Amino acid sequence: MTANVISLDGLKVASRDDLSKAIEDKGCESSACGSSDGPSDMAPEIWEKVKDHPCYSEEAHHYFARMHVAVAPACNIQCNYCNRKYDCANESRPGVVSERLDPEQAARKVIAVANEVPQLSVLGIAGPGDSAYDWRKTKETFDLVYKQLPDIKLCLSTNGLALPDHVDDLLEMNIDHVTLTINMIDPEVGTKIYPWIFYQHKRHTGLEASKILHERQMQSLDLLAERGILVKVNSVMIPGINDKHLLEVNKVVKEKGAFLHNIMPLISAPEHGTVFGLEGQRGPTAAELKELQDACAGGANLMRHCRQCRADAVGLLGEDRGQEFTMDLVPEEVSYDPAKREAYREWVAGERMDRRAAAEVAKGETTATVAEDAKAMLVAVATKGGGRINQHFGHATEFQVFEVDADGVRFVTHRRADNYCVGGYGEDDKLDEVIRTLEGVPVILCAKIGDCPREALEAAGIEAIDDYAFDYIETAVSAVFRARNGLPAEEAVSA
Amino acid sequence: MSLKIIVSQCTVCGACEFECPNAAIKFKNDTYVIDPALCTECEGSYDSPQCAEVCPVPDTCVPA
Repeated sequence: MTANVISLDGLKVASRDDLSKAIEDKGCESSACGSSDGPSDMAPEIWEKVKDHPCYSEEAHHYFARMHVAVAPACNIQCNYCNRKYDCANESRPGVVSERLDPEQAARKVIAVANEVPQLSVLGIAGPGDSAYDWRKTKETFDLVYKQLPDIKLCLSTNGLALPDHVDDLLEMNIDHVTLTINMIDPEVGTKIYPWIFYQHKRHTGLEASKILHERQMQSLDLLAERGILVKVNSVMIPGINDKHLLEVNKVVKEKGAFLHNIMPLISAPEHGTVFGLEGQRGPTAAELKELQDACAGGANLMRHCRQCRADAVGLLGEDRGQEFTMDLVPEEVSYDPAKREAYREWVAGERMDRRAAAEVAKGETTATVAEDAKAMLVAVATKGGGRINQHFGHATEFQVFEVDADGVRFVTHRRADNYCVGGYGEDDKLDEVIRTLEGVPVILCAKIGDCPREALEAAGIEAIDDYAFDYIETAVSAVFRARNGLPAEEAVSA
Repeated sequence: MSLKIIVSQCTVCGACEFECPNAAIKFKNDTYVIDPALCTECEGSYDSPQCAEVCPVPDTCVPA
């Protein structure tokens, strides 16, 4: 404990100038460090594709926003976790939308959003049916948007059954991100998830349906990999049905070149009207999900920041501004003004370099003052984006959870505190919900917090800290870790 | 002979319009409607009516 302890004095870094100086002094060793070329453990051409895509890069999701347009309502398979008939504006889950758009309306909406939301970098089509099956509408929408907004990333999400028929179109249209939902690689498992598929003018059921779906999904993976299109695989974790099996899925999709694997918890409740909901099939607990994700982590880039957004979501992940851009609010004629997005991108380029530099400094300080084997801890953060602690506790509807140890600060997951209409029962209930949400997390960092919630959290064993308001997440989380693990300043000895 | 759509159950996904070999299904007044003059129940085209095969809601595309 003494060998790597140095004085805490003089390690406080307050300004950008100090940061730059500190970086020069210490040099830079981390794989995730600082240049615009991106992390050294990622090929530059891949980084170029993902650096502004909030769904493909955890770092990007602090800065960039996506929008989905619901132009593809028709689907070619039935999943037991999906029922597209019901919509509740308060609930956020895949497959759900409030209004369906035709391609011309959708394109207008995209331009209107691009003018108002400078963070917008990605347009995705995720249904509410299947974007590759309802291909004519998907393609027409992308074509219309691309004409006016050629620098927006186009992206689609599909079950893969119809995708092999359209891969050449994807290349022509510059679509370089595709998400495939793959819940099984064993058709026997599939029979418990998919009651039927519609393929080549026929409804197939039972094992036959899952066999066809599986073959087409594997074919999709191969075709996309051959063409250099980045693939994210989404899997819904269904306890007792495919939870253990997803380890094998992870292995196979990784072998087949998937860039990212996103394991999501089943969302299931009777009021959703889904087969699973009505049967009482439960979703996994946060602990079960993390256990599976950790078991997969060796072989794959695992996505942990997914918010399971709606098929018409607008905004940064975790916020949905869809209600600000319903069709009745979108002008009849709208032309694109690039000024806001360009200015924002310039600001982000500087900001994200600063943040990486700050994270390096924080890591260096931690390494210097905390024993290597100090136990990792979890810290929750209230943030509105930008990688900073900049949200008032009372305004937070979700918390990002980071893990910190001597190796640095890592994003682990987000925890929502507004799940499924819990609002509206009064502030006390909301606070109880937040406390439940933060189970196992001893510290919450926010920009500001009132005395009442602070005391309630304290009573539940959670320390709320607002001393790091507007600091970078890594800087603040590291400081908390050091305060809890490093020697107090007066006891420290100079090296 | 033709099929009809039970409007109260329809989710308006449009898969039936997409699959109909006779272009007999049209979007009218916020719902899909089968034109009985054009519907052949897919006889001569496919083994079974495509709208009923692809429809996600049971018993929603039914004999008129």
